[in-house]
Amino acid sequence: MTQTTDLALEVDNLVVRYGHVTAVNGVSFHVRSGSVMVILGRNGAGKTSTIEVCEGFRPPTSGRVRVLGFDPTTQRAQLNRHMGVMLQGGGIYPSARVGETIDHYCSLYGSKTDPTDIIERVGLAHLRKRSWKTLSGGEKQRLSLALALCASPRIAFLDEPTAGVDLDGRHAIRAIIRDLAAGGCAVILATHEMDEAERCADDVLIIDAGKVMAHGALSDLRKPEIRFRLSAPVPTLAMAEALGFPVVAEGDEYVVIGSSDASDIAIIARIADEHAASVVDVRAGSQRLETLFRDFTDGAHT
Amino acid sequence: MKLTTTQLRSELRVMARNGEQLLLIIVIPLALLVFFGNVDVLPTGEQTAVDFLVPGIVALAIMSTAMVSLGIATGFERQYLVLKRLGATPLGRTRLVVAKTAAVAIIEIAQLAAIVLVGSLMGWSVSVVSWPTVIAACLLGTSAFAGLGLLLAGRLRAEVNLAAQNGLYLFLLLTGGMVIESASLPGPLANIARLLPAANLADALRQSIGDGGSYGMSAWLTLAAWAIGAPLLAARTFRWH
Repeated sequence: MTQTTDLALEVDNLVVRYGHVTAVNGVSFHVRSGSVMVILGRNGAGKTSTIEVCEGFRPPTSGRVRVLGFDPTTQRAQLNRHMGVMLQGGGIYPSARVGETIDHYCSLYGSKTDPTDIIERVGLAHLRKRSWKTLSGGEKQRLSLALALCASPRIAFLDEPTAGVDLDGRHAIRAIIRDLAAGGCAVILATHEMDEAERCADDVLIIDAGKVMAHGALSDLRKPEIRFRLSAPVPTLAMAEALGFPVVAEGDEYVVIGSSDASDIAIIARIADEHAASVVDVRAGSQRLETLFRDFTDGAHT
Repeated sequence: MKLTTTQLRSELRVMARNGEQLLLIIVIPLALLVFFGNVDVLPTGEQTAVDFLVPGIVALAIMSTAMVSLGIATGFERQYLVLKRLGATPLGRTRLVVAKTAAVAIIEIAQLAAIVLVGSLMGWSVSVVSWPTVIAACLLGTSAFAGLGLLLAGRLRAEVNLAAQNGLYLFLLLTGGMVIESASLPGPLANIARLLPAANLADALRQSIGDGGSYGMSAWLTLAAWAIGAPLLAARTFRWH
């Protein structure tokens, strides 16, 4: 991955209001060139409103947004030359054919890119003559992603790129996203799918009720953890005292938050032994993104 | 310029693929011309049926293309987010509007040629045409009807828009003096029709093609008011997505 510090996207204290409803309430974050930022949030959290301001589709109520240094509201024409966009739902006429749609979009960007190259990259070369309405869900997503590539973008906004896509398709789309970032493009990806986000993200932005709940490198946000099951119950307090880390029970599973060290696994085995129990199943690693997401967003809903 | 022609090609391709639009813009006007030109059921005053019909059919063709065809396609483009997606490309709104206008003009020229050809075969004479005023009427009519079509397309849901455009088309076809003489309408309906663009376009064309028309200058003034007002209102209220 290209190590660069220049910021492709800067959002500073963004507010978006629709009448009396505040959809985005003072959101600030940034995205580096050559990195993948995943925006996570529930429906109605303010993800789409935030992204639509960045793409220039709607003006902010207040706050400052710079995309590749351009103001998306007043300098949209300059921005559009370098911005790739993948809309949820595609934005393609049902009777339009795959090949001609990619040709059309490549021409709109002044043929910076070769349509043949793009149609092969997204794996649709064999469907060139097919119309949008006859494509499967996954094929539609690939074509929609192809249109974002036609810009040969320096920044790309992808809304739910893997929704309805099968395993092979996901793999292909992930590879394209990695290629984009490796080429110096900043990729901003909105999704509900934690598994997908975990595989793609360099950085994560968690939004809830219009506010930023967490923002940073995925590796910094995720704490180490040890998950294990025991043959008989053991008080979590006893384990927490021995380990020096909080221990919580999730169903029949115990989770040590803050460590993934082998020495701590040995301590768990010892405490279990003292309580006439044995460790059935143990995994040490990083917190699941889903756990992280719940930790950061549950407060606002209780 | 290159971006505009790229977009124009795409516009024409989409139109050519929509069979029902071709039916609406080419087949229906010609079918009405041939049918009512040969079946003598319409009151056409002192003129022959074909002399009466040709200017009305030109008005109908313009209404079909500039209002219904453009309006329905634009409504669906909004629903499918085609306009939104294009908004994030270097195309820009001005070039998009120019491309759509050029597409409408190209189709209208083809329609006009077909009507002149079929009319001539039916015994109508092209020598009665005052071309400068015909072109002026066509331009005003196109602007008025495109404005109306986009006014509906820019606000209504695609299916509602489709129904509204077709309903308006039928109403204006019947009351706009295109195939049925305005004088045959009952008084109140005739008064309403006289305020709408269809009857005034047909009348302006009758004044330019042969020696028909009964509204005089007022047809041109009313038509011009629609040609300026409808697109302005559409531009103010249009929702791109």
